[in-house]
Amino acid sequence: MMIEIIYILCLRQLKHYWRSKARLIGSLGQPLLFMIAFGFGFGPMYTRANGGANYINFLTPGIVTMAILFTAVFSGLEIIWDRQFGFLKEILVAPISRTEIMIGKTFGGAIIAMIQGLIMLSMTYLFGFRISNLGSLWMGLIFMFLIAIFFSGLGLTIASKMEDMQGFQMILNFLIMPIFFLSGALFPLQNLPYAIYLISRIDPLTYGVDGLRGSIAGVSTFGIYNDLVAISSLSVLICAIGTVLFLKIEA
Amino acid sequence: MQNILVVQSLTKKFDNFTAVNDISFNVEKGSIFAFLGPNGAGKSTTIKMLTTVLKPTSGEISINGFDVLKEQNKARESFGIVFQDNSLDEDLTAYENMVYHAVVYKVPKTERAERIQKALAIVGLCDRWSDYVKKYSGGMKRRLEIARSLVHYPKIIFLDEPTVGLDPQTRNAIWSHIRKLNEEQKITVFLTTHYMEEAEAIANNVAIIDHGKIIESGTVEEIKKRTKTELLEEAFLKLTGRDIRDDDNGANKQKMMRGLGRMR
Repeated sequence: MMIEIIYILCLRQLKHYWRSKARLIGSLGQPLLFMIAFGFGFGPMYTRANGGANYINFLTPGIVTMAILFTAVFSGLEIIWDRQFGFLKEILVAPISRTEIMIGKTFGGAIIAMIQGLIMLSMTYLFGFRISNLGSLWMGLIFMFLIAIFFSGLGLTIASKMEDMQGFQMILNFLIMPIFFLSGALFPLQNLPYAIYLISRIDPLTYGVDGLRGSIAGVSTFGIYNDLVAISSLSVLICAIGTVLFLKIEA
Repeated sequence: MQNILVVQSLTKKFDNFTAVNDISFNVEKGSIFAFLGPNGAGKSTTIKMLTTVLKPTSGEISINGFDVLKEQNKARESFGIVFQDNSLDEDLTAYENMVYHAVVYKVPKTERAERIQKALAIVGLCDRWSDYVKKYSGGMKRRLEIARSLVHYPKIIFLDEPTVGLDPQTRNAIWSHIRKLNEEQKITVFLTTHYMEEAEAIANNVAIIDHGKIIESGTVEEIKKRTKTELLEEAFLKLTGRDIRDDDNGANKQKMMRGLGRMR
């Protein structure tokens, strides 16, 4: 029965996603723009500085991550709209546990983010990206999914504490953007000032990007398995925190 | 007569404002109970506590024999609720809203389609089941909410101002649906409304709440006799005074205070 409840919560989010084509296309626009601007803008510089290395190969995992990150966080934050348009009351009054709601919504958001990430990954082929070793693609998919779970859970956790969309810009600019820029998605985390170095090491996305890069582009700083342990334990942690905060939501 | 809803010294405080102050009352199984009061008297706060979405500061509630605070999910399965404002997902169709409800209320798969069909028939929405809810009029939405709250066969249904903002035709239709439910399906009805003539026409028992306290309760006849009035509306005005209230209930006040906190 629990599976069915989680399924129906996911299904509702998927329907919203599928029916809003503007959102589907809009959320691919930003990563595409980054791919073009950074890929072709910084590409030659990167190649010269790194003795001929291909920047598109380095950048692609970062861009795929970007598509997943934003879609997942926004899916999590969707519950604020549920609050504003009233559907949250129907969710809260139902005879299901808050844990089930949390799991269902986290998975729903993660699946949508995953789809978005896969669309993005296939589009990078147009820009000349090639997966270094098709045999480790499955590992890449696992990383994509874990990143999706973490940020969908993070979005929900934040949303459970927010009354309306007023704090949205703040969260975007002071949390999500820094998480993205300091994760090593766009540039290698080497020779950095100490403060930035430290921040990048406590940034959860750092391990997601590094793991994904290790899996599909064959370059990793920390080692794929270390990344895997880091991002999966962080995912469990954020979902646990989210569930605790969810228990306290009132209509 | 058995009581399906028992409320014992229920209190809700928001910071230093008491929205509901030590109220106790019972609702008999199979009756229609009207819970009346001016704006900001504590009606919606009480309904939120009765329906498990707001934690009381103190007090006890039992629905259908289940402790609302300890056996939450059992209690939730026993009641249906139509909130004061929309709680439908407008980006889904009417039928999808119903299916969602049936699944989370654990209606067996084999019975879902039939029960949804029946519930839609009760409120006369059978031919519009595949429309998006955003295409519905206000009255249709309200009827759909009522239909949805019936899918899991509740023992008691809470209706928080079910007819507010609707035209007389729709209001009449909704009240006749409610009466039919009560008579044919033996569902207990707990309702709030600002239309005293509607409450007078439909309710067996009435409780009047003001400033978080129940100031009068009994049958409509008893209340009229005690206040020496001819109409429930007169009795209501006599009991609660003619002053106009802030259109502000406890929950709004709480929100406002949080807002102020954020500004500081």
